[in-house]
Amino acid sequence: MHRKTILQVREDLKNKKYSACELLESIYNRIDAVEEKIHSYIHLSKESARKQAEEADARIASGDDAPLLGVPIALKDLICTKGSRTTCGSKILENFVSPYDATVAKKLKEAGAVIIGKTNMDEFAMGSTTEASAFYPTANPWDLSRTPGGSSGGSAAAVAANECIAALGSDTGGSIRQPASFCGVTGLKPTYGRVSRFGLVAFASSFDQIGPVTKTVADAAYLSQIICGNDPMDSTSANVPVPNFMASLEKNVNGLKVGLPKEYFSSGVDPEVLENIQNSIKVLEKLGIEPVEIELPHTQYAVATYYILACAEASANLSRFDGVKYGFRSENSKDLNKMYMNTRQEGFGEEVKRRIILGAFALSSGYYDAYYIKGQKVRTLIKRDFDRAFEKCDFIAGPNSPVPAFKLNEKLNDPLQMYLSDIFTLSVNLAGLPGMSIPCGFTSQNLPIGLQLIGRPFDEETILNIGNQFQKETDFHKKFPNL
Amino acid sequence: MTEKKFDIDNLAKLARINLSDLEKSKLEGSLSQVLEYVELLSQIDTSEVEPTSHVLPLQNVCREDKVAPRDETANYLELAPRKDKGHYEVPQIIA
Repeated sequence: MHRKTILQVREDLKNKKYSACELLESIYNRIDAVEEKIHSYIHLSKESARKQAEEADARIASGDDAPLLGVPIALKDLICTKGSRTTCGSKILENFVSPYDATVAKKLKEAGAVIIGKTNMDEFAMGSTTEASAFYPTANPWDLSRTPGGSSGGSAAAVAANECIAALGSDTGGSIRQPASFCGVTGLKPTYGRVSRFGLVAFASSFDQIGPVTKTVADAAYLSQIICGNDPMDSTSANVPVPNFMASLEKNVNGLKVGLPKEYFSSGVDPEVLENIQNSIKVLEKLGIEPVEIELPHTQYAVATYYILACAEASANLSRFDGVKYGFRSENSKDLNKMYMNTRQEGFGEEVKRRIILGAFALSSGYYDAYYIKGQKVRTLIKRDFDRAFEKCDFIAGPNSPVPAFKLNEKLNDPLQMYLSDIFTLSVNLAGLPGMSIPCGFTSQNLPIGLQLIGRPFDEETILNIGNQFQKETDFHKKFPNL
Repeated sequence: MTEKKFDIDNLAKLARINLSDLEKSKLEGSLSQVLEYVELLSQIDTSEVEPTSHVLPLQNVCREDKVAPRDETANYLELAPRKDKGHYEVPQIIA
């Protein structure tokens, strides 16, 4: 049962092949069997999940057909769930119990979902390996000596290892798509503003976006339908109508144009990754899609721009963690200022401190124009590159990450190298576009490779449509790791 | 080039993070590397470019000023590490 997709378990539950309670127990049995090797979760909510499953069974028996009735879903542990812990992978929030539900959590519950637990992540979503979790690293289900990527590494590993039916993650610079590609699953970052962030612990507010991590593109479309839409509780959620994503999956793609950015097919990409991406382009051509070469000339500046801006925003956002209103407080400080300083020293991990300090630098007097404003200006140029590219094509395709999954500990002492590996994903966040990673092959060492599809603003439909047609032609997404 | 551009003690103060000597030297090392890398941006002429703070075409919209019942004081106060008589309790502010 645990291997199934959302759409499959929906069908099975409706046809009474098994109950929501049985499905939930099969997931928890699976977690018991493999979690020791993977560490996808920070905590499980067995008690409330069992209650939700019982309620789902009662509703199913009464003929209720809510869209996620009885479907076990995992949430990245920075999405608030009322009455349960939301740690953000940090010591500073280790014992924080959310006083309310995030809008996405509320929407999932209203749709009948069973929230099984909260997944591991890099502390405050700052990282590309999930090793920056304050609790423990997560392993890649395809190769336990490698990272699952990050920061939504727990969500991607849980989906790949069948420890849930689907999950939600968040993506600030690639944190849904990169772990999805490393773990061989589907991960969608919707357009900036598409999904409400009320109740999402903020990292960099002009980038953060919540999205689905699933076994198929169809499941990603299905979950998106539920979580997308304007929310009065989040003034940055866009007031744009949400199309019928499920209907868009089956549209005819013949005659569409795919843009191939020459900067994304450069010598810096691992040869095996490149070969598989090129084979995927052939699959697209077989579907009647015409490849056109495009240019994104400011790509080389994306990493520098992103780290200045995201760290500046983080340094402001994370000032709220000061030991006063919630979370960890360092005791025995003589005065208030020392209490702030000690709380933050003891509560934050190394990577979070590094980014807060970098952000404080970029925003500090004398450097604000040269770094922060400069970054915002280059961001304009990067956005314009995409605007121009979309005059020539309907969507863009390329590698998601220049390399397959890193070895554990490989990037720990070289943050700059880790930042550079995010080049293809974070450009998409700078421009606020929708992006999706789908499985498109394996290396000779059997590590998954992800194809990234990038759409115009608020055009998730096209990339979901293409992704679904791609998955009809290929079976990479049907493979599971041996655990 | 960037070795003395930033003063780690001052930044730690601005960021309200106490740092041990070991942390300082580690952060100084990795941050100078990162800052050297972001110098890349100085290659681009942006004199004619407007900054982008976010990508949404948002405008301020004023909604009707309506009072909505939302008294969560007790629930939120419950989360505080220290509280006293309906207030947050903190160490001495003025020494």
